[in-house]
Amino acid sequence: MNDAMLPLITETVLACLPFYPLISFVLLISFGKHLSWRVAAGLSVGAMVFSALSSLFVIQQLSIDVPVITSHLWTWFTLAEEVNQTTTSINIKFYLDGLSAVMISVVTGIGLLIHIFAAAYMKEDENFSRFMAYMNLFIVAMLILVLADNLVLLYLGWEGVGLCSFLLIGFWYHEKANVMAARKAFIVTRVGDTAMAIGLFMLFKELGQLTIVDITQSAQTLWTTGDDKAYWIALLLLGGAVGKSAQLPLQTWLPDAMAGPTPVSALIHAATMVTAGVYLIARMNSVFLLAPQVMTYVAWLGAATLILAGIAALAQSDIKRVLAYSTMSQIGYMMLSLGAGAFSAGVFHLMTHAFFKALLFLTAGAIILALHHQQNLFKMGGLLKRLPFETALFAVGLVCLIALPGSSGFFSKEAIIAQLWSSNTAGPLLWTCAIFGALLTSIYSCRLFFLAFMGESRFEQSLQPSSSKLVKYSLIALAVLSLVGGMFGNIIETSLAQVFPLVTRSALNEPNWLHSVAIATPFVGIIFSWFYFASYRSKDSAGLNKNIFIESTSGLANFCRQGLGFDCLYHWLLVKPYCSLAKLNRRDIFDQLIMLNAWYVALLHDVLKSSQTGKLRWYAAAIGLATFLLLLVLSVDVISTEAS
Amino acid sequence: MSITLLMCGLLFGGALAWFLEGVKAQSARWVSLLTVLVIGGYFAIALNATAYDFSTLQLLVRVAWISSFHIEYALALDYLSIVLILLTLFLALICVLVSWQEINDKVGFYYFNLLTSIAGIIGVFTAVDMFLFFFFWEVMLLPITALIAIWGHENRHFAAIKFFIFTQLSSLLMLVAIISMSFIHYQQVGQLSFFYQDWLTLDLPLSISQYLMLGFFIAFAVKLPSVPVHSWLPDAHTQAPTAGSVLLAGVLLKTGAYGLIRFVLQLFPQASVNFAPVAATLGVVSILYGAKMAFAQQDLKRLVAYSSISHMGFVMLALFSFNAIAYQGAVLTLVAHGLSSAALFALAGMIYSRIHSRDLNHMGGFWLNTPRMGGFALAFSAAAFGLPGLANFVAEFLSLVGAYQRYPILTILAAFGLIGSAIYGMVLFQGVFHGKCQVKQQAVNDLSSRELLVFSSLLALLIFIGFYPNSILGFFQSDSIIIAINNTVGVSK
Repeated sequence: MNDAMLPLITETVLACLPFYPLISFVLLISFGKHLSWRVAAGLSVGAMVFSALSSLFVIQQLSIDVPVITSHLWTWFTLAEEVNQTTTSINIKFYLDGLSAVMISVVTGIGLLIHIFAAAYMKEDENFSRFMAYMNLFIVAMLILVLADNLVLLYLGWEGVGLCSFLLIGFWYHEKANVMAARKAFIVTRVGDTAMAIGLFMLFKELGQLTIVDITQSAQTLWTTGDDKAYWIALLLLGGAVGKSAQLPLQTWLPDAMAGPTPVSALIHAATMVTAGVYLIARMNSVFLLAPQVMTYVAWLGAATLILAGIAALAQSDIKRVLAYSTMSQIGYMMLSLGAGAFSAGVFHLMTHAFFKALLFLTAGAIILALHHQQNLFKMGGLLKRLPFETALFAVGLVCLIALPGSSGFFSKEAIIAQLWSSNTAGPLLWTCAIFGALLTSIYSCRLFFLAFMGESRFEQSLQPSSSKLVKYSLIALAVLSLVGGMFGNIIETSLAQVFPLVTRSALNEPNWLHSVAIATPFVGIIFSWFYFASYRSKDSAGLNKNIFIESTSGLANFCRQGLGFDCLYHWLLVKPYCSLAKLNRRDIFDQLIMLNAWYVALLHDVLKSSQTGKLRWYAAAIGLATFLLLLVLSVDVISTEAS
Repeated sequence: MSITLLMCGLLFGGALAWFLEGVKAQSARWVSLLTVLVIGGYFAIALNATAYDFSTLQLLVRVAWISSFHIEYALALDYLSIVLILLTLFLALICVLVSWQEINDKVGFYYFNLLTSIAGIIGVFTAVDMFLFFFFWEVMLLPITALIAIWGHENRHFAAIKFFIFTQLSSLLMLVAIISMSFIHYQQVGQLSFFYQDWLTLDLPLSISQYLMLGFFIAFAVKLPSVPVHSWLPDAHTQAPTAGSVLLAGVLLKTGAYGLIRFVLQLFPQASVNFAPVAATLGVVSILYGAKMAFAQQDLKRLVAYSSISHMGFVMLALFSFNAIAYQGAVLTLVAHGLSSAALFALAGMIYSRIHSRDLNHMGGFWLNTPRMGGFALAFSAAAFGLPGLANFVAEFLSLVGAYQRYPILTILAAFGLIGSAIYGMVLFQGVFHGKCQVKQQAVNDLSSRELLVFSSLLALLIFIGFYPNSILGFFQSDSIIIAINNTVGVSK
């Protein structure tokens, strides 16, 4: 290959990278009904293979000398900026640097594995091709999101993934609950998106730029740290991020989103889309670093979410909802890390989390399928013996989630926690939150494991474990990634070093017991659970009160199960008033005011009509009365003129 | 090129359809289809052949009409009117196609009315003699009123009368303003004139011009429509036959916006700048109120009608922001909304033809039997709630980015319309296609090939403009209107 040709080839490969799944989407949507399972699965997975190989290729081309590869497709539209009389082009242009390289490798790599799993998992569904088409479309939007060179194109991907998430949550649209969950997910994230859109308007007004590189440059020249405008813009962008990433206060949609098929939960609501908020903040780090106050907010929001979600996860009885809250909590860690200025640690955790959470969700899916769609933990139990393969994989996932030493989760989570104490925008208090969150993580993970896999089997029917090779291989691949994912730490560190500015921290005043505490915490949680949840893992059914396997209905447990009352709060604060306002004014008050005119005319018409009786006596009396009144008026007039 | 030929052709085609219907049944729709195709083709070819530079208004014809009052027959074109005429002709095609099987009564007369109103609308977009403009303004109304009153749904007479009274009352104000302007011209120049470009040179004292501006503004605000004078629209839309709704939403509302751009902003720049905060506020109120009302509706067509009010609020806000970006956004909104709302009304019509109801409570779970229709409905609702990749997104984005430069607070409020539109979009799409399928609706058929043609052409345009908006915006980069607007704002600063 000619060396001079290489950049051109790279550029072309990058330009085509997101569009293979789009071709597959169009074909599947147009001819889906006529395609066999083999063809449909081949198309959708094949497109993913192409994208994954292309990503591999373009990432290989990145180096110290070539830190950025761009590929310009066409000019979308231009914005004429009035103050400086300049025009800004908004391009359909892809921008690949270390950060987007990490993202596309996660999206295409994990995406490919999940597609393979999904092809087997959804085989029996009558709308299989539609499902795969949506999954493909999602990948397209997600790739555009992470490769976008400007914020408007990023917003396109941002909304696109939201739409696909909506479609896939409501994939089984016959159930009212799924439909409402889909609606909720879309509208709640849209609230965040609106904040982000306002942020874009503001950015353009202040800087006259929407291209990310240009924003970085002009923000640093025009603003000083702590600038008011940077504060508001960062805050608005944060609004978008918390919506997409299911952080406080817009977190309520994620648990309900588990209504979608399990591969969707793995792909969208664990590995990729929900981390888009993290990506946005990491990508816009230049603006955030100019607003240290917002960085602190990010850290606190992350900390609050990770504790809140951890507590909620303790009370769930649905295996997928436990994982959903766990996702929320882990993204809380990423946010905390970003807020502390530890950008690359946050992105690293994003990647390892994608590995092990996808593994957990997919294994959960395999278990749920084997149990005839039973998702209730209290109806499982003793699966260790009955599904040893799945149990082993799930255990691998949980080990990473708990962050036991050696697992991928350990490396990334420790990297985050290690940087909190002495960060300017975080501090010891947030470090304590993170440690407490780690404790919660290990407790709810153990509870989940004991309930589902240990103790006595409470599932009476025979199991139907999947025998598909596709399922097995994709799960094993994910498990391997989860175990060894920690080794990517150095690669990521070096590739991100050029993207993120170095945030200075003084590690001098850190007490030396920090690391030991961080490493010991998960074990404390496990030991605690071992005794506290002893009844869940006990095999001695005779000596046990069966009642413990019934969901607790105490007030506190219910409160935690409902996600600490946020749903209820928003229902009464926002949903209810909006609905009743709409209902109250369904007839349109303006219309009724205007129709008063019509009513008034009709009234006059009726009054006059009623005088038209056709009776001679009536008319004669009317004439007489009118003559009398006329004379009266005249005489009063005459008298008054004479008097004057 | 001859716009007159365009209008005469449409009139002639309509008359021919009316006449031939008596000779051979069902010929009317073929005649109308051919007429629209031929006229559209002629317009496209003529545009390509012409050497005019349409970035400024180009006078095409000017002859005396009623010479004692110096009333002339004068037509002119610029890119704004060209884009709107192209939109009109395209939607005329859609109108003919969606009426194909819906109309079975007095078919010839129906198509005559349809084509006459289209001719009137083209006249409105091109007339530069204000008396002639007013004439066309009335010409387009009567056939549409007839469309509603004769071929409408159960409450059609009420809706037609309401529509007629609203527009007549408001255009009366405009007539007064037009006559006053002519007299002012008499005072200043010494003779009456209704010629638009004569009026541009008048030196109007602000005290008078603000009242005259209001006369025009109210007429166009009713047509746009803007809260609080919007309430004719839901009734008219709901009761009109499908093509009537398509025409109303797709084109008729745009005459209001066109009037604002061409006459209010350009004849009375200073008065408009002074009035802008009020108008922009009205726009924001329309956005939010329309979105909220759309959510509350049970009637599918009413829902779409209120969503139109919401979208037209963006136009109002953008136009009165006096900003080049916002102006481009407003023009693009006209096109994008014309296509997307036409598609949604066509959808409502197709559903009505299947289940004879517009009530969302009678719908649900249609995806099972009509996945194709569902897919298109999803795309069109996505257009309505401004999904990037479709034309409406670029339009709304430009409008808001531009408006933010002048009215940050109002624009932030307007942005809440994005949430509102997501809510009614969900209600619309999920209400029809998601949920449990009711047993008796098992027989709902998927799209016929004619319907598929309608939908796919609309969607293709929405996607094309969504990804390549420069196909339209390119004409408005150095538009004289933008320069005029910028000058006005520069003066007022």
